[in-house]
Amino acid sequence: MSVENAVIVDKLTKTFGDFTAVDHVSFTIPKGEIFGLLGPNGAGKTTTIRMLCGLLIPSDGDAKVLGYDVLIQPEEVKTKIGYMSQKFSLYNDLTSYENLDFYARIYGLTGNPRENRIDELIEMAGLRNHRSTITSNLSGAWRQRLALACAIVHNPPMLFLDEPTAGVDPISRREFWDLIYDLARQGVSVLATTHYMDEAEYCNNIGMMYQSKLIALADPDTLRGSIKDTLIEIDCDSQGKALQSLKEISGVLEAAMHGALLHVTIEKKAVKNKIKERLQSEGVAINRIEEILPSLEDVFVSMIKSKRQALVSAEFIEEREKI
Amino acid sequence: MRKEIIHIRRDPKTLMLVIIMPVMMLVLLGYAVTSDIENIPLAVADLSKSSVSQNFIDRYWISGFFEITHDVKNEKEILELIDAGIVKTGILIPEDFGRKIDTGGSSPVQFYIDGSNPTVAQAAQLAAETIGQAASQEIFIKQLRKQMGGVNFTLPIDARIRFLYNPNMKRMDFWIPGLVAIILQIQSLLLTAFAIVREREQGTLEQLIVTPIKSWELMLGKILPFVAVALVNVALTVGVGMFWFGVPVAGSIPLLFGLSLIFLLGSLGLGVLISNISTNQMQAMYIASFIMIPAFILSGLLVPRDNMPWLAYYSGYLLPVTYFLEIVRGIITKGVGITYLWPWVWPMAVFSLVVFFLSVVLFRKRID
Repeated sequence: MSVENAVIVDKLTKTFGDFTAVDHVSFTIPKGEIFGLLGPNGAGKTTTIRMLCGLLIPSDGDAKVLGYDVLIQPEEVKTKIGYMSQKFSLYNDLTSYENLDFYARIYGLTGNPRENRIDELIEMAGLRNHRSTITSNLSGAWRQRLALACAIVHNPPMLFLDEPTAGVDPISRREFWDLIYDLARQGVSVLATTHYMDEAEYCNNIGMMYQSKLIALADPDTLRGSIKDTLIEIDCDSQGKALQSLKEISGVLEAAMHGALLHVTIEKKAVKNKIKERLQSEGVAINRIEEILPSLEDVFVSMIKSKRQALVSAEFIEEREKI
Repeated sequence: MRKEIIHIRRDPKTLMLVIIMPVMMLVLLGYAVTSDIENIPLAVADLSKSSVSQNFIDRYWISGFFEITHDVKNEKEILELIDAGIVKTGILIPEDFGRKIDTGGSSPVQFYIDGSNPTVAQAAQLAAETIGQAASQEIFIKQLRKQMGGVNFTLPIDARIRFLYNPNMKRMDFWIPGLVAIILQIQSLLLTAFAIVREREQGTLEQLIVTPIKSWELMLGKILPFVAVALVNVALTVGVGMFWFGVPVAGSIPLLFGLSLIFLLGSLGLGVLISNISTNQMQAMYIASFIMIPAFILSGLLVPRDNMPWLAYYSGYLLPVTYFLEIVRGIITKGVGITYLWPWVWPMAVFSLVVFFLSVVLFRKRID
C-alpha cells in the first residue's frame, strides 16, 4: 500500500466531560513535510498529538498515521512513530548512553546494530562529549537533543514533537530545527507543536489552533498574505507623543510600541502619508517609516481578533433574537 | 530489565537502606520480644524476717521470672514504688508468717501486680501463683510429715508435658521466622509500590507507552530486578536469625529459598499492582500502608489466626504473607518438607500468578 500522506486527520474530536479539547480538526501531512501546529497554551495541540500517538482515544472523527488507523491499530502506529513529549521525559539518573541504550532495547535492537545506531545518534545530536553524563546534569538544550535522539532510535518515518524547544535558548532552538530539517530531507515526516511563532517559519505547512478549533491551515506565505490590513513600522523621536496622536488619526486601526519602534496597523496604504504629515506637523522627527511584512505572530493576533469579533457579534444577534 | 538495575545501582544510598534496614529491623524487633517475660522487678516487704519467709522469697528470685530490686518495710512503700513505675510487682509477707507456718498453720501473703500492661501482668500473675502454690504444697507436705512422724507423702498426680517442636518453648524460635516473613512482605511491597507511579509522575511513562513495549514485559521488567534484591534480604535475615539470634533452620534451606522466590514474585507483583492503580506516589504509599497494617495482625504473626472471628480469619488469606508465614515457620521451626507445606504453597503460587496477570490486564497503554 503506497501512502502519499503520512498523516490524515479527519474531523478529529476529543471531549473531556463537558469540555471539548479538540473540535473537528482536519488536516493532512504529505510525506517528508514538516507540519507546524501553532496556538496558545490550552488550544488543543497536545491533545491532538496524543491522539495521533495512541495515548488518548479520540471521541469522534478519524485519524490515520502512515496508513494505520490510530483507533484500531495503535500498536502498529507505535512501531512507526517517534514521539517527544512536552514534559522532559528521559530517565534523569541514567547517562545519555544508557537512555539511548534503554530505548534501543525496547525497540528490539540488539548487538552490533544497536551499538552502531547509538553511536550514530550520539554523533548526530553532538553528544559525543556528554556520552557518560548523567542526564540530570545536562543543560536544557542538550537534554532536548538527547530526547530527540531517543525518539528516533528506531528510525521512525513519522515524528511527533510536542513543544520540542520550550525553554531553550534561541541559538539552540535554531540548531535543533536544523536537525529536524535534516531528518525531513531524509524523508521523515514531522508534526511539531510550538507557541514560538518564529519557529513556524521553518514549517512547510501550518495549522493554527485556537480554542480547540483549527482556525487556519496554509503555508506560511499564504498566511501572511491573508492579512488584509497593512502594517507599517515607524522609527521616530518622542514616541509617547507620537503614539498619542497616531491613535487620533482616522484609518489607524491599532498603534503599539514594538521594542524601540512603533507598529501601526492601517486600513489603507494611503493612511501612511496622513501619518507622516500629522507627525511632522507635531514636530516629531521621523527617521524611517515603511511598510513591513507581517510576521506570523501578527497574522495570529489579527486572526484571533477577527474570530473574537465574529463571536461577539454572533452572541449579540442571538441576544437580540431572544428579545 | 537492565534499566531498573542501573536505577538501583545509581542510587547506592537507597540500595544500602534497602539491604540494611530489614536486617536492622530484625535485630531490633527480634530483641523486642526476645524476653519471654522474665526479670520482672519485684519489691519485697518481709515483715516476718524468718527463715521460712526468706526461703519463700528465694523461690521467686530463683525462678528467673522476678528480680528483687527493692527491700522495703511496709505496704505503703510497695504501692509507692508501683505508682512510680519503678517496680511492676510487690510482695508483702506478714509479721506472723514464720511463726504460723512453723506451727503448722496457714498465713496469707499479699501479692501486688501493676496491671497496666496486661502481658506483663498476666505473666507475673501466672508465675506468682505457680510459685506460691508449689511452695505451699512443699510446705504442706513437710508439715504433714512432721505431724505423721516421717511417713513419705507424694502428690497424687504428676502431670508431664512434652513439647514436640521448640522444646524449650523459646519464643525467639517462633518469633524470628515470623519476623523474617513480615519484614520481607513489607519490604517487597514498598520496593515496587512506586515503580510505575513514579514514571507516571515523571512523565517517562508517557514516553514508554508510545513504544511498542508489551504490558507484561514492562511488569516483568519492574519486578525481576527487585527479586534479586529481595533474595539477598532473605539470605541476610535468615542468616541473622541463625547466627545472631541462634534460631536454627530445622528444614531445607534451598526449599526455603525456592518458596521465598514464589512469595516475592507475588508480593512484588502486589506492589506493582498498587503502583498501577495509583495516580500519584502519595496514593500508592497510602494503599501500601493499609496492606501492611493488616499484614501484622491478620497473618498470624502476633495472634494465632485460629482464634480470630471468621471475617478476620478469611481476610488473612488475601495476604501472601499469611501463607509465607506458615511456610517459614514450618521450615525453620518444624523442619517439615514440601509435602506438609503444600496446602500453603499452592495458594501462594496462585496468588502470585493472579496478582501478576491483574497488573498486566489493568495496565492500560493510554493516559486517560
